[in-house]
Amino acid sequence: MRTPLRPLARILYARQMGENPDRIERDNLAARNEALREKTQGRAAARLGLMAVAFGCAYLTIGLRMGHLAASVPVEPVASAPGAEIVAQRADIVDRNGRILATNMTTSALYAHPRDMVDPKETARQLAAIFPELDAATLERHFTDGRRFVWVRKVLSPEQMQKVHEIGDPGLLFGPREMRLYPNGTLAAHVLGGYSFGAEGVHSAEVIGTAGIEKALDSRLRDPAQAGTPLALSLDLSVQATVEEVLAGGISVMNARGGTAIVMDVHTGELVALASAPTFDPNDRPVPPTAKDAEPSDSPLFNRAVQGVYELGSTFKIFAAAQAMELGLVTADTMVDANAPMKWGKYKIKEFEGHNYGPLLSVRDVIQKSSNVGTAHIALMIGGLRQQAFLKSLGFFDPLPVELVEAPGARPLIPKKWPDIVTITASYGHGMSASPLHLATAYAAIANGGIYLKPTLLKQSGPASGPRVISEATAAEARAMLRSVVTDGTASLGEVKGYEVAGKTGTADKPKRSGGYYKDKVINTFAAMFPASDPRYVLIVTLDEPVDTAGPKPRRTAGWTAVPVAAEMIRRVAPLLGLRPAVEAPAELALTAASVN
Amino acid sequence: MRPVLYVLSFLALIALGSWAYRENYATQAALKEVRVLQGTIADLREALSVQRAEWAYLNRPDRLRDLVALNFDALRLLPMEPWQFGSPAQVAYPVPELPVIAPPGEAGELGDVQSTSATDEGL
Repeated sequence: MRTPLRPLARILYARQMGENPDRIERDNLAARNEALREKTQGRAAARLGLMAVAFGCAYLTIGLRMGHLAASVPVEPVASAPGAEIVAQRADIVDRNGRILATNMTTSALYAHPRDMVDPKETARQLAAIFPELDAATLERHFTDGRRFVWVRKVLSPEQMQKVHEIGDPGLLFGPREMRLYPNGTLAAHVLGGYSFGAEGVHSAEVIGTAGIEKALDSRLRDPAQAGTPLALSLDLSVQATVEEVLAGGISVMNARGGTAIVMDVHTGELVALASAPTFDPNDRPVPPTAKDAEPSDSPLFNRAVQGVYELGSTFKIFAAAQAMELGLVTADTMVDANAPMKWGKYKIKEFEGHNYGPLLSVRDVIQKSSNVGTAHIALMIGGLRQQAFLKSLGFFDPLPVELVEAPGARPLIPKKWPDIVTITASYGHGMSASPLHLATAYAAIANGGIYLKPTLLKQSGPASGPRVISEATAAEARAMLRSVVTDGTASLGEVKGYEVAGKTGTADKPKRSGGYYKDKVINTFAAMFPASDPRYVLIVTLDEPVDTAGPKPRRTAGWTAVPVAAEMIRRVAPLLGLRPAVEAPAELALTAASVN
Repeated sequence: MRPVLYVLSFLALIALGSWAYRENYATQAALKEVRVLQGTIADLREALSVQRAEWAYLNRPDRLRDLVALNFDALRLLPMEPWQFGSPAQVAYPVPELPVIAPPGEAGELGDVQSTSATDEGL
């Protein structure tokens, strides 16, 4: 109801009374404005209130959701498509062709709640019958001394699990476990290492690497983002198996204590095979020796290829020859003094079995005949400082950067001072020690034309690059010398038809722990590359205390022990590596093979 | 007019409500199925990895070597030898078919050549 501003009745009455009628209009106007103001204010207040409620609701919702997210257990979205979902907590390890070296298996762990047990004594007795390594009395004590929880066994086979079920005691419980399985048994044991359980709970346990590449690359293998991608090693399962077979055979034939063999690709630095004998089963890793006087190399866990730091003997001579040629001091035909025995201060440098190859010998013949005196004179021409720098550039002064947890600990033994006598002895591989893998790496540099490549156990996608240590011409000359060692020199048993083996033998006396050297204990090494015209692979074979008893008197030189083993290895392994022999086979044999196919 | 609108919107509300109700249960059923399927997939994956492990275990080199030795009489398998590499020259290629030679008189060499060139032109 709109009130008129000038109601007629009141105006007339006011006029009669002599009042100003405009006042009535003003009053009415004021009253109307007041009412309008109140109405607008009320509406604005209501709107603001509504807004406040809306914002309050929104903030409350967000707050509640945040609180819920913070307080609740995270759940994976159910509706999302399962991609390469994590099935295993640890990535598989495969060889270069994708064949499994290490994988995971689901199994169970057995634990007990003694308070729920019906008959602890009988249960303990039956458990001990199932698991021979458990002791019934100890178990019974554990079950009856008031504990709430007892671990019985970390992994069970399905048969054992069934037998435990048959005991039927409610206090025995199973927890799911993931265990590591090395299906190939002892194959590549020293590379793979082993595993154990870390933090353990009833529902799961951490699987952690304890040695080898399992420990060195533990974080990569446990990375959930990469759990679906297997770790591809550079090893080739067939080559590794063959190398191990031949090495084991060679060790038994040569009556050696142990040995190691390394096959390395010279263009990529990949280790195609790395074997050390005696070996062990990583599924059931033996306990490391704890006795103080125990020789570490007696344990099968000892990786001779990486941890075995030995004096590598005459295999080092080629480095002196290569360096002298690189520096332009000599050529392959330069005659050097090789008159044995050589006197240097109070020391006397002799040749093997008191030979004298002198008075003069060409550098090629020094390598071919393995003359200590000739090498010593070449080394003296080079000088200690330059020799050290060269050996350092070949990696002989530092631990190897290979992906094994044992590698950083295997530091080469280098004399602190480097007087001339060390220059002389180091030139023929005595007085300083390095691992066979160091030697393989250095020989790979000669084989690939002078590039130093880091050895690796991981599959590479292409040729690697590294610093140049010698020129291609020097490398080729050194290879020709190494080839002549096999064709006319100390490694004549190393010839494998069609594969042009080049290499250098090394026979080093074994050092006593108390100082000095054993008279009849040697470490024999054959460092080889094949095919010599364009080397693809380097092979190092080292035998520990071998002796060839086939002849009338025992022979302990590398030419009679390590070389034939290496030759057999090359004969077996080269076809597996896809290397075609340079010389064609007799036609009728080859034709037979073709017609069968 | 207005009551009709009210009735219509009420009906729409009921329809939407029942649609949402059905969708809710359909979603829950689908999620349940997904969960079951994922469980199945996980089980199958596990079985697959066990079978892969078993394959690797059964094909381990020392076992194969023993099997080869056991079955030598039947299989006569020997380690791979360098001489087993063949060369492409040893592969017997199929003998190329000899061109048809027309009997003399019917068509001379010239005629053959002409017919060939005619086909070429036709192409």
